[in-house]
Amino acid sequence: MLTNEQFRALFEPRGVVVAGASSHPGKFGFVSLHNLLAGGYQGKVFATNLSGEEILGIQTVPSILDLPDGEIDLAFVCTPASTNQQLLRDCAERGIRAAFLTSAGYGEAGDEGRAAEEALVALAEELGILIAGPNGQGVVSTPVQLCAQIVAPNPPPGRIGVASQSGNFVSSFMNYGVQSGIGFSRGVSAGNAAMATVADYLDFYAADDATSVALAYVEGLTDGRAFIDRLRSVAERKPVVLLKGGATSGGQRAAASHTGSLATDDKVFDGACRQAGVTRAATVEEAFEAAASFATQPLPKGNRVVVLTTAGGWGVVTADALSRTSLELIDLPDDLLAQIDTKLPPRWSRNNPVDLAGGETRDTIPEVMEMVASHPDVDAIIYLGLGIQSNQAKLMRDGRFYPDHGLERIVEYHERQDRRFAEAAAEISDRTGKPILTATELAITDPDNAGPAAVRASGRLCYPSSNRAVTALDHMWRHARHHARRS
Amino acid sequence: MYATSTLSETDSKSLLAGFGVPIAQERLAADADGAAEAAVAIGFPVVVKLNGDAIAHKTERGLVRLGLGDEAAVRTAGQELLAKATSDDGEVQLLVAPMVRGSRELIAGLATDPQFGMTVMLGVGGILAEAIGDVVLRLVPITEIDAEDMIDDLGTQKLLGEFRGEPPVDRAALVSVLMGLSAAAEADDRIVSADLNPLIVSDGRPIAVDALVEVRS
Repeated sequence: MLTNEQFRALFEPRGVVVAGASSHPGKFGFVSLHNLLAGGYQGKVFATNLSGEEILGIQTVPSILDLPDGEIDLAFVCTPASTNQQLLRDCAERGIRAAFLTSAGYGEAGDEGRAAEEALVALAEELGILIAGPNGQGVVSTPVQLCAQIVAPNPPPGRIGVASQSGNFVSSFMNYGVQSGIGFSRGVSAGNAAMATVADYLDFYAADDATSVALAYVEGLTDGRAFIDRLRSVAERKPVVLLKGGATSGGQRAAASHTGSLATDDKVFDGACRQAGVTRAATVEEAFEAAASFATQPLPKGNRVVVLTTAGGWGVVTADALSRTSLELIDLPDDLLAQIDTKLPPRWSRNNPVDLAGGETRDTIPEVMEMVASHPDVDAIIYLGLGIQSNQAKLMRDGRFYPDHGLERIVEYHERQDRRFAEAAAEISDRTGKPILTATELAITDPDNAGPAAVRASGRLCYPSSNRAVTALDHMWRHARHHARRS
Repeated sequence: MYATSTLSETDSKSLLAGFGVPIAQERLAADADGAAEAAVAIGFPVVVKLNGDAIAHKTERGLVRLGLGDEAAVRTAGQELLAKATSDDGEVQLLVAPMVRGSRELIAGLATDPQFGMTVMLGVGGILAEAIGDVVLRLVPITEIDAEDMIDDLGTQKLLGEFRGEPPVDRAALVSVLMGLSAAAEADDRIVSADLNPLIVSDGRPIAVDALVEVRS
């Protein structure tokens, strides 16, 4: 039975020892020590190395038994599988309660490896040590600036807790975090999950104050029913976003009935997730963006959406995307129409999407956004068109006429305005408790643009396209509806 | 895997009807004359089918005669169907049921998943059901809210509203079909799978006009 104290030792250790540290910068034993030190880990760092070299300023010792008692909670293990039994016993001697094993040669390596893995787990259970991995990439925990990984990146701090059966997906999710500024609380690659499975980590996240949304990647489930039952209990406490790879395994199904042949693995899994209140994403970016939305936006209380755009085409495409979801593009209520009429020239769209038709003056966007968000018949806003003027400003700044001809002043004005719009979106959303999602491709094509940069600074995700904002909002609404119907 | 067998249409129906699944009223007859008498009692038009434990896919084998308008038609159909029975079919009877009319066909059922165990399914039915694949599933047992979610999750929502002059689908009745299937699966662990196919929407109300239950033998 894994305990909360063991998970604390893994995610909030007082001290860490890298077992099998190396002076060769290409080896895991070097990279992990480097990442731990460079990441600014707050606790004490120790390392073992058979020849006792000094590595990255750390004086290594040949054995864990040469280290002080009671100062270390986590061992990050880069030693070969054959030495790990003794290593675990030494860890127990020094009060270490968790070990992350990068070592390969276990369950993934045939019958012999499987036997070694079982023996190691049995020993760990006897010693009261939690084993993470083996054959995993590492663990991240931003509240204590822990980046004990054999790979990049070190993500920004935030509220997403990730657990993955594939270490590369931890990296993928966190790379999106680096790019978008939406951060992580914890991250762990389950590796072979010999002792702690993805569901175990999610259980810990469910009760973890640093985490507000759980994000997971799984593949090759062996007992789908048990897995989904555990996720249901996590999802009752926090949003759970799941990306699943591969078809579920399992024998042939009874085919005497039509129902049997219609009930494909994927449809069953989809239904099981819906029933458990788990958000299932189809792709890695969709999974990250759903998690980022749960972490940074208030949940919608209904499905009534208004699209606010500075150009017609974007609005039309967004309306199309909405029509394929559970969200509703509402008809604008008469009183809201009349209010917006006072702010825009008569050529504005006068329906939803609210196309400002280039009729905006200095304050129009924040004012109209405020009117829409404040209306009781509106549950969420998707805002398009941020950053256009700053994009033009960039062309002016980089052109040969800058800063003359009044260019310096107009560039500054455009960038100030885009920053203001992004800040207004976050501020109005916070105040009204309604999600406002800002979408523009500039978020990835020119992340330094003042608009997307200001969205990042506000702590929100700038969605790279309106359809991706729609998908994320649809996930939020389905989650909210699931819980509303059952409360 | 385990060996399975199917229940006859009448046994399948009576098993599921016991859990509140709405089934078209029907009668069994031993021969063509008996079928004609049953049809008179039920009222024309009627459907006549060959019924037996080992008979699963009747439509594919041409063992269903629809829209029979008088006694003579029922008698002829009955004789023809009995003549089609093979020695593999075992003991057979004629099943006479009212011709349920409705332009919408759904499918509902139960299936055992190797990973998740027993599941309940709802989908768009009819001969194109498998090509369209608009189906939703939940794990047994389901709640009424799960059943409502299933209806909401069908892709073809237009089929559930007013349709070709027929009223919208009675959602409460559809919920109780799904709840009945779930309850049957929970109560009877012999069940491996079940089909209500088609589940015809007649005047807004779903009625199963055929049923097949597969059980562990």
